Amino acid sequence: MNASHTPRIDVMRSQLARARGLGSAKTGVDHWWLERMSAVALVPLSGWFVLQVLRLAGAEQQDVVEWGGKPANASMLLALMVLTFYHMQLGLQVIIDDYVHGKAHLPASLLLKGAALLIGLFAVIAVLKLALAPSTKAGA
Amino acid sequence: MVEFSLPKNSTIGKGRTFPAAPGAKNVKPFRIYRWNPDDGANPVVDTYELDLDAIGPMVLDALIHIKNNVDTTLTFRRSCREGICGSCAMNIDGENTLACLKPIKDVKDAVSIYPLPHMPVVKDLVPDLNGAYAQLRSIEPWLKADTAPPPDSERRQSIEEREKLDGMWECILCFCCTTSCPSYWWNGDRYLGPATLLAAYRWIADSRDEHTGDRLDALEDPLKLYACRTIMNCTQTCPKGLNPAKAIARIKELQLERKV
Repeated sequence: MNASHTPRIDVMRSQLARARGLGSAKTGVDHWWLERMSAVALVPLSGWFVLQVLRLAGAEQQDVVEWGGKPANASMLLALMVLTFYHMQLGLQVIIDDYVHGKAHLPASLLLKGAALLIGLFAVIAVLKLALAPSTKAGA
Repeated sequence: MVEFSLPKNSTIGKGRTFPAAPGAKNVKPFRIYRWNPDDGANPVVDTYELDLDAIGPMVLDALIHIKNNVDTTLTFRRSCREGICGSCAMNIDGENTLACLKPIKDVKDAVSIYPLPHMPVVKDLVPDLNGAYAQLRSIEPWLKADTAPPPDSERRQSIEEREKLDGMWECILCFCCTTSCPSYWWNGDRYLGPATLLAAYRWIADSRDEHTGDRLDALEDPLKLYACRTIMNCTQTCPKGLNPAKAIARIKELQLERKV
């Protein structure tokens, strides 16, 4: 970070103008707050999910389908999926802000949002498929 | 992208060694970063072996001893030598602190001394802080009030109102905290850094100031304020024992509070 040996001034804008920059974006508090609130909400949701998976370990497929078909379970699963990928997007955006600068920042942010949306949608569809599957019990 | 290694012209080489006077009993090596803008060479670390019995107790005493008696070319800032001016902020034994407040005996083995991290170096231990000073100025660290002061007295505060400024007015703007912050290293062009944000909150919390909302507006930004990741290096390193991380958290709380 040493100043170049032969002085070559490529920015003559004043330090104050550079510090003020483009001004405040008037945003940031929501991102910060929702990142924390989604993290708090994920604690009970994840705990519930781990317990359910442990309980269902080794169960037959029709038992799992029946479990996922209950509205309470499906709602919890949907909340877990939506919040997980929303929280993931918020958190990874922070890492991009920290480490990706310049022209790469916008494509990296868009790629993250797109990926989070698609993977999240995939998870939601999977839960819905489970929730709306015809009961195998009736047919048995 | 973020820099994980030093640029070529910043890699540090091995410098000279200045041995202690023969017969010295209590010798401790001081390894000090040297860079001279005039010789075109890369920075080096010079080693000065000092007789602790011949110098004062603080790291600044050692630096002054070197400049007076060993190597007059060593360049550093210092003024008050009692922790109130903030001039001798530098990285000692891996931690940003004031050389005048850092006892030599707190450092085991050799005392390594570098300029404040991740700032342009002017020479040796002198960093260029103009960007950080401009950021401080950008938050307008002065009283802004539209109500005229009483004609016959100062603007008054209750004892409770005045107490809200404790832990902030003591900041001496040495920028130890700002230059210890990884968020400031990565985004120092836009993130204001803990010292400036502590100063900003000092005016937000001032009962006499009438532009609290404008100040919160000016800070509400993904990078200016929210690049703070609560790493807490600022609070850990502050040589005055202040808590910039708490001030930053209070600004965030107030921005949330006014939304509901």
